[in-house]
Amino acid sequence: MSDGGRQPGCYGLMAEFGGSQEILEAVRASRGAGYRRIEAYTPFPVDGLAEALELRKSPIPLLTLIGGILGVAVGWFIQWYSAVIDYPINSGGRPLNSWPAFVPTIIELGILGACLCAFGGALLLSGLPRLRHPVFDTPGFERVSCDRFFLCIRSDDPLFDRERTHAWLAALSPLRVASTPIHPGEPA
Amino acid sequence: MDRREFMKLMSAALALAAGGCAHPPLEPIVPYVDGRDEGATQGDPLYFATALTQGGYAQGVLARSDRGRPTKIEGNPQHPASLGASSPIEQGRILELWDPKRSHAVLHDGEIASWDELMTLLSLRLERLRPSGGAGLRLLTLSSSSLTEGSVMDAALARYPQARRHRYEPINQDNVHEGARLAFGRWLEPVYHFDRALTILSLEADFLGCMPGRVRYARDYIQLRRPDAKSPMSRLYVVECMPSLTGAAADSRLASPSSRIGDLAAELAERLASGGKTSSAWLETAATDLQSHRGRSLVLAGEGQPPEVHALAHRMNDMLGNIGRTVDFIQPPIEVRELAGDSLAALVADMHAGRVDTLLILGGNPVYDAPADLEFDRALERVPASIHFGLLVDETAGRCAWHVPAAHELETWGDAKAFDGTLTIRQPLIAPLYGGKSALELLGLLTGQLGFTSHDLVHATWLARFGQERFDERWREALRGGVVPHTATPFEAAEHLGKAGAPAAQPPTPGAPPIAAGETLEIVFRPDPYLWDGRYAQVAWLQELPRPLTDLTWDNAALMSPTLAARLGVRNEQIVELELGGRTVEAPVWIVAGHADGAVTLPLGWGRTAAGEVGSAHGANAYALRTSKAPWFARGLRVTPTARERTLASVHDHHRMLGRDIVRSATVAAYRAKPDFARKEADLAPPPTLYPDYSYPGHAWGMSIDLTSCIGCSACTIACQAENNIPTVGKEQVLMGREMHWIRVDRYDEGPVTAPRSAFQPVPCMQCEHAPCETVCPVEASVHDTEGINVQVYNRCVGTRFCANNCPYKVRRFNFLRYAEDTPSLDAMRNPDVTVRMRGVMEKCNYCLQRIVRARIVADRENRDLHDGEVLTACQAVCPTRAIVFGDLNDPHSQVRIAKSSPRNYALLGDLDTRPRTTYLARIVNTTEEEPG
Amino acid sequence: MSGAPEVLREYGQPGAAPVIQGRHTYGSITDKIADLALERRSGRSFWLALGVTSVLAVVFAVSLIYLLVVGTGIWGLNNTVDWGFMITSYVWWIAIGNSGTFISAFLVLLRQRWRSSINRFAEAMTIFAVAMAGLLPIMHLGRPWFAYWLAPYPGKMNLWPQWRSPLEWDFFANTVYLILSILFWYLGLLPDLATLRDRARHRWQQLTYGLLALGWRGDARHWHHYESAYRLLAGLGAPLVISVHSVVSIDFAFSNLPGWHSTIFPPYFIGGALYSGLAMALTITIPIRAIFKLQDFITPRHLANLAKLMLACSFVLTYTYMTEMFTAFYSADKFEIATALDRLTGPYAWTYWLTIFCNVVLPQSIWFRRVRASPVALLIITVIINVGMWTERFMLIVTTLHRTFLPSSWHSFVPTFWDWSTLIGSLGSFVLLFLLFARFFPVISMAEMRRLNVRVSGVDR
Repeated sequence: MSDGGRQPGCYGLMAEFGGSQEILEAVRASRGAGYRRIEAYTPFPVDGLAEALELRKSPIPLLTLIGGILGVAVGWFIQWYSAVIDYPINSGGRPLNSWPAFVPTIIELGILGACLCAFGGALLLSGLPRLRHPVFDTPGFERVSCDRFFLCIRSDDPLFDRERTHAWLAALSPLRVASTPIHPGEPA
Repeated sequence: MDRREFMKLMSAALALAAGGCAHPPLEPIVPYVDGRDEGATQGDPLYFATALTQGGYAQGVLARSDRGRPTKIEGNPQHPASLGASSPIEQGRILELWDPKRSHAVLHDGEIASWDELMTLLSLRLERLRPSGGAGLRLLTLSSSSLTEGSVMDAALARYPQARRHRYEPINQDNVHEGARLAFGRWLEPVYHFDRALTILSLEADFLGCMPGRVRYARDYIQLRRPDAKSPMSRLYVVECMPSLTGAAADSRLASPSSRIGDLAAELAERLASGGKTSSAWLETAATDLQSHRGRSLVLAGEGQPPEVHALAHRMNDMLGNIGRTVDFIQPPIEVRELAGDSLAALVADMHAGRVDTLLILGGNPVYDAPADLEFDRALERVPASIHFGLLVDETAGRCAWHVPAAHELETWGDAKAFDGTLTIRQPLIAPLYGGKSALELLGLLTGQLGFTSHDLVHATWLARFGQERFDERWREALRGGVVPHTATPFEAAEHLGKAGAPAAQPPTPGAPPIAAGETLEIVFRPDPYLWDGRYAQVAWLQELPRPLTDLTWDNAALMSPTLAARLGVRNEQIVELELGGRTVEAPVWIVAGHADGAVTLPLGWGRTAAGEVGSAHGANAYALRTSKAPWFARGLRVTPTARERTLASVHDHHRMLGRDIVRSATVAAYRAKPDFARKEADLAPPPTLYPDYSYPGHAWGMSIDLTSCIGCSACTIACQAENNIPTVGKEQVLMGREMHWIRVDRYDEGPVTAPRSAFQPVPCMQCEHAPCETVCPVEASVHDTEGINVQVYNRCVGTRFCANNCPYKVRRFNFLRYAEDTPSLDAMRNPDVTVRMRGVMEKCNYCLQRIVRARIVADRENRDLHDGEVLTACQAVCPTRAIVFGDLNDPHSQVRIAKSSPRNYALLGDLDTRPRTTYLARIVNTTEEEPG
Repeated sequence: MSGAPEVLREYGQPGAAPVIQGRHTYGSITDKIADLALERRSGRSFWLALGVTSVLAVVFAVSLIYLLVVGTGIWGLNNTVDWGFMITSYVWWIAIGNSGTFISAFLVLLRQRWRSSINRFAEAMTIFAVAMAGLLPIMHLGRPWFAYWLAPYPGKMNLWPQWRSPLEWDFFANTVYLILSILFWYLGLLPDLATLRDRARHRWQQLTYGLLALGWRGDARHWHHYESAYRLLAGLGAPLVISVHSVVSIDFAFSNLPGWHSTIFPPYFIGGALYSGLAMALTITIPIRAIFKLQDFITPRHLANLAKLMLACSFVLTYTYMTEMFTAFYSADKFEIATALDRLTGPYAWTYWLTIFCNVVLPQSIWFRRVRASPVALLIITVIINVGMWTERFMLIVTTLHRTFLPSSWHSFVPTFWDWSTLIGSLGSFVLLFLLFARFFPVISMAEMRRLNVRVSGVDR
């Protein structure tokens, strides 16, 4: 079984748990057992799960910062340009470049930029929107949004082997273990 | 000249008359010399000198014609009654001209008929009357000073010797004429020289408000009221019942019922004649003051006072050696063959007696304004053929068999005399809009010469007067300048006058009664300052212009003092029933500080029933109580409060300054002692600011308003309204506080409510350099231009109204609704240089920017710079006392710079550091006692 | 961080009512809340409320149409008092919105777990309130159809907005605020929409919620980014709220008018905003809690906490009221003093004293535990406080405007029928929107409740 290659017709194996601590343990165990391409599906953000999966720190804060800076820059420039360069006009005897009066708008636009990036980033990085996904075909998966926790070892994991992996998952005493098919012609 | 000669001249005139057709006037009219000449570029407005008459007296005006449409009235600088200024009424006459509700057609019993039908009918009747010399034929006209009308009348009456002419004016000069007769044995009219009088005593003479020549008199009066000049300041004593503009201007005012003034006059005359003491300290002061200014003092009586009082006034002037110095006498400019009152009375008597067969009412509205006791309307029913001639299908038109639409004064030729007799040849600005006729044309029928135009007749008159040689030249000269040179009536030489005899009888009035509940009171009739005798009721501008001392719009009211109101137990707006001699009228109460106790004033000219939708059903009709015996005041008034109310639309609810130095004033003495008393720190040095100053290298427009000169006549308000296409909003909107005037005249009272001292303050936009309105506008609709004017960009305004909130002076006006209705005729009246604002945008004064631009174009064309005084704002141009000065602050010699250099100069609310371009000159009064407050 | 210390902290408050009542599991929470949106047949009370508010919404629509046809003149405004009911209501709405964000954003940052049960309310409240607050000032313009002129865009006229105007700041603040609120709310809603998608039986429900859920699968990676973004949005929302309401207050403080021109306005308004918003949150939560039987998740603990916060805010307000009066007299400025006296004794004095009663006196009753514990009492109090806060804004606006520097132009404001109809109408429309939201969306964040449940009760099922 050479690594990297995905088993045809199979996305991976799913172990279904009933509690957050159980899946946390299961994930840690599986990492310990050397599995790398592990996915966990939970009905709410389980504390420590990200660490257990050793997910990289989310880049969203950085994106947000960039967005904020962009917003500020645009906010400052558009006001300065229009009030000083493009349409200079005497309003109430105030100086053309009355920058203190520009600050509020700059702040607002900064926040706008930041929040757009934060939201957009979250969707983008989560690969959303994506209405169709193989894991939805896992039997009983609809309860992932209610009270079930799923651990998925993907079929393209180097150590993946249908029998041994199945046995390994079963050893974690899940409610059940199921296989997640991939329908032909469907992107993994 | 006799009739035959007149006929000759008229045929000559016909020969001269040029043919043509309507729109613009058939005959050549001549632009004013100071306006651009005939050669002017297309599209520029032309000014034409003409005159508007009222009570027969001419007020010289320049009418602006935009592409042939008269759009604005200015004063005629060359005319003695105007000197460039005009009164609110003249301003309103433009709207009267364009009024869409004007009568459009000849009516027979209310049905549309034709001019020819009328002519046929009339000629038949006249034919029938010829044999009897026209017995039963009567003409009723308003007072007139027209030479042409006079001669045409004469010609007519010469053909119908038995016919009679009657003249009636509701607000007439009978008392003046009769008073002169008592004193000098003939009907004369006084001409006053306020610019020479240091002590003036007015016996209810409102020479600033409603006398013939008032505009000129205001200017003369203010000549000696310039505290910065070396000349001493005159002092004005006024005794009157209802506070008038003159009373408000007075340095010392005594409130007294009109009927008491006679006694006071008599007592004063006695005091002046044979020393002794007077009963009141006020009289004593006045007397001493008068005596210490022999030959430089003046005593005058108002048209409302009985002849005896006038006679007394003349006598006192005689004693004080004022005649020939501060007052002169002339033959009445208006034709006086009998007193107006008598004339009408005689006519009505004949009508009742059935001696009147055909009655031509050539102007006037007797059914509405004739004395109640004559019962004119009942008398009219006994007249077989009655023909009314007027601008509107009014009350009288409704009762007459025939109605003929009259042409407006701006549509016809004519001539008229000013208060001093100076003649003006009136030229039309436009051919009759609604096919109206001139009275002269109608009279042509009587003279047997139909088809003469008013032009022919006037022309003929002046051909006779000027003579053939150099006629055209003189004719053009007269038209161009708006006055016929050297035609002022010469003064009666003192020796011809003889001593002013004491009047035979003392004025027939009992002493002042104590006022107690149920006690009878006195009612006083005064002309409405704007509606006059009611003839301008359909002019919305005049309806909505706040009355100077009541602030009322769209209504009159039973005006009374706080004391009297308290005694009667009535409050503002409560309707009371006024009962006089069995006749009753209902009017809401309006309490006026400073009104005499024991009297109720009911302004004339209201309660019209057929004055179009604008003019009808506003206010109470005072004529219902006015009798021929007591046309001006009467005792025996009973006031019965009712439970009902009528809300009155007053534009100001508060008149106290509450210790805020808004109008800063002092006595002459205090001013001379401390000339810069008005300057607060903000006026001495501009408050510190973080902002670098903008520089205005070109022009820097500014304005100065002299509160010493302002008499509160409100001419500025309405001139601005006319110039800037400002809409009227109607009573309901005024009640909601949405009147649109760009320059308002505030009034502040100081001192006790029984005898307040009133100060007027015109408030236009201050054009602040640190304009609070501009910084809060999110769309740059309110911005500064390069010459420092705070302009409002109407088509950019979205209507946040923050600017109005943030304006400390509250001069911004918002179009809450669609006020600028587009009536076609009113569109034609509008000033083409000024945008008509739509609903939802803010508007305000902008220093008549359009006039600045016009002037600049002219200057550029002539390749020169604008010179001082070339741009007059509408408010400045109209001001009788030149209280408003506008100009370039960068020009060191400009009038406005000079004005602002006065120590009296101060900025309103200056400590807000708004840096207003409009500043005020503090008010200086010449009282004996110290200023209150 | 692990769940254990959290559990301790939540339990570590002796005598405090629990944040979740009864033994709940993930399943029972989900059933309870999801079924509200999916299964429940709406009861009579719901239809009644819907009927009434729909009528009011129609009144609102008619008022606005009449306004557009006839003009601003249908209101009692005049050339002295150019702002009236509309601006009063605008400030009132935006304040309510702000406080919604305060609950959902600030409390997230402060790790106040108990807020989980009510933050969905708060966010919805924010959005609908801000929507109203956005609509009213536009309608208040003389020419509403040109409102877009406040936006900077390269137009034919080559004109730009006037950046120095607080109204311009306001335009940006509100737009940004509305956008952020919607994103924040939607992001929080995603997992719950997924839940509804997975539980829906009817095709249209599956489609609608499926599309709205954007394919959310509860992947640990999703949660990873989700949490990060959610916190950031909360972190952005906090300063935004402050800035927004400061700008609103500067709309007045920027002017030179006595009674407005004052540096205390931003804190003053922010305090007021929290106050009125908390009151409104309770006013909404209490009935909905009853109607939808949510007593398990919205416990007396929540009500009490909100009430305590309200009490705190009322002290902030009391302080600013006193400062306002003090500075007015201390300034020795005759105009300021005149305005202050006019507020205390003038024709509109009743609005001032009503404000004092509703916002200062009445809330003191919250000191008593029995009041805090009684939803009915709290409901009554909060409704009165809402009235009081509206009156306060009216007082601030009208008593300043109707008597400014020149007595000659003093004029009073009298509301017309249309003033009232627009006000009532906007209230009705707000409640209508809220009802519809409560009917079709989870009124409580299920994901958060699950996490809260395991933390509080330790039941990991």
